[in-house]
Amino acid sequence: MPEEIIGSCAVKRLNILDPQGNADENLLPPLNGQDIRRLYELLVLSRTFDGRALALQREGRLGTYPSILGQEAAQVGSAFALEKSDWVFPSFREMGMHITLGYPMHLLYQYWAGDERGLATPTGLNILPICVAVGTHIPHAVGAAMAASYRGDRNAVVCYFGDGATSKGDFHEGLNMAGVFRAPVVFICQNNQWAISVPFDRQTAAPSLAQKAWGYGFEGIQVDGNDIFAVYRATRTALEKARNGGGPTFIECHTYRIADHTTADDASRYRPPEEVADWREKDPILRLRRFMTQRHLWDEAYERHVQEEATAAVDEAVHRAESAPKPAATEIFDYTNAELSPRQQRQRKEVG
Amino acid sequence: MPEMTYRDALNLALKEEMRRDPSIVVWGEDVALYEGSFKVSRGLLAEFGEERVLDTPISENTIIGVAVGAAMGGLRPVAELMTVNFALLAMDQIIDHMTKIRYMFGGQVNLPMVIRAPGGGGSQLAAQHSQSLETYFMHAPGMRVAYPATPADAKGLLKTAIRDNNPVMFLEHELLYNSKGEVPDDPESLVPFGKCDVKRSGTDITIVAYARMTILALQAAEELAKENISCEVVDLRTLAPLDAETFVASVKKTGRAVVVEECWKTCGLGGEIATRIYDGCFDSLRAPVRRVSGLDVPMPYSRKLEKLCIPQVADIVAVVKETMAAKY
Repeated sequence: MPEEIIGSCAVKRLNILDPQGNADENLLPPLNGQDIRRLYELLVLSRTFDGRALALQREGRLGTYPSILGQEAAQVGSAFALEKSDWVFPSFREMGMHITLGYPMHLLYQYWAGDERGLATPTGLNILPICVAVGTHIPHAVGAAMAASYRGDRNAVVCYFGDGATSKGDFHEGLNMAGVFRAPVVFICQNNQWAISVPFDRQTAAPSLAQKAWGYGFEGIQVDGNDIFAVYRATRTALEKARNGGGPTFIECHTYRIADHTTADDASRYRPPEEVADWREKDPILRLRRFMTQRHLWDEAYERHVQEEATAAVDEAVHRAESAPKPAATEIFDYTNAELSPRQQRQRKEVG
Repeated sequence: MPEMTYRDALNLALKEEMRRDPSIVVWGEDVALYEGSFKVSRGLLAEFGEERVLDTPISENTIIGVAVGAAMGGLRPVAELMTVNFALLAMDQIIDHMTKIRYMFGGQVNLPMVIRAPGGGGSQLAAQHSQSLETYFMHAPGMRVAYPATPADAKGLLKTAIRDNNPVMFLEHELLYNSKGEVPDDPESLVPFGKCDVKRSGTDITIVAYARMTILALQAAEELAKENISCEVVDLRTLAPLDAETFVASVKKTGRAVVVEECWKTCGLGGEIATRIYDGCFDSLRAPVRRVSGLDVPMPYSRKLEKLCIPQVADIVAVVKETMAAKY
């Protein structure tokens, strides 16, 4: 008997908007001028939030902070495709998603300043608290999706993580389980090429991450992660599929971490400066601005207005975060269990 | 009250709770079609269907992880680990997520989930499949650990575990599955967490034990009674929360204590219990607290050597006699 091909995997990549701001008209998602301006404003707000966070950290007003610089389109574009009822399981570098979905920025500053009350998600937002552990929230997202599907809810679940997480057992087990049970979940991987100092080719010998989904029996797609239209379109398609019983999708947003891993890192020790410079040319905000200029959606006056609004909103958020009243030390006990053990009750008294 | 096995009592608890509450689902390896490797989930697939009784891939960490996610999503999952030994593969999800998520979320979500895990030694399953890992779980704040000794407690505690809004590690002893006892048939008869049960009253010495060790302690007490030593046997029932009040009160009365634990002695729960006794009633003690524990070695495969490593009735009898004879 001859050998035969029993399967083959084609890896799709979606690009709509190039770095010069030219778009493929056939692939442009149905967004009107107002939507596009909203996307631009969210990108600017996210970058302003991020820049201020770095400055605050250097002044000792924030703890260790992971910058989102350069990855704003992957976050804003995907979050913009979500419905209010969808659930989001984030990792630690998705503040652009938070801002897009209306998570209060002062809570984000509070959290990164070491006040865990910043993770208390306001009512009406289905954003789970930030998962700092790498990839361990992937099974949670799959479980929440399985619960939604058991209850007959029409919401989908979105799980964000980075390229480093794709080397974790949680990723493989979680995606496998999602495939087996056709869970309504969309995995959004921000492949920013670096897991602290470890480059992409040390996480996998595969040329793309998108192709991994094929092994779990569902669709994977790579998108230009700095192309907000490609990210939006791929996410929207995947969410619709999940909501209609089509099962999971894996989206690899091919992007780049322009900044250090966190403020505790110095990436210049391990990364060639030319590589960073190359990716700065592919900046997601710059290319959307070029596109908008062509379509008369952007001018200097608009830019000034957007920048001023973003700065004012960030100023206000910092002020609110820093004037939050201090919590009581006894609160460390209050949420460990629905009921405290007798020993915890005694320890709580001693602390208080 | 009807008499039934520990296995059937657990099975009945699952059925009664699943009939009562449609948000309860049972997920794990071989739980559906095969009805569990110890047949505790017998009849569940037939009665509740594959929507609620689901065979999963062999991914222990993710079985617990998806249960955590589903609990956050409003279900009450009962996840079965084929044996407690496989919990080691899931320790990250168990310790770092299941027990911490409520805290890290500022109390915004409860995690009403149960992990059922058969364990313990004595079946010649050797080093990796005979472990008693109970203290690993007790150590984590936020964890609730039940480990019943009798069919009645097995049913009542499992029902409480399923209704609890906290995550529960529910341990079952593999050698107890066929043991029989009377079990209340009232579906609302529950056994509370954090309450020891005095399984035998006595005046000379207190034996604190749990799970299969309680059964051995009761047998030892019977033998010791023939020699006019009156033992009070306190069954912990839940290891977390730990009801120190009950066993301390017992030791205050008897003045002597022996703790029996199947786990390894080093950092075993017997050390914790002895400390609670010293803290709670040092002045009442007429002898040091002694421990009968598993030997600090991986479990041998050979039947004779395995017996040597797990506390036996004769070991308990000997240590009780030594404690009674001690002069201070």
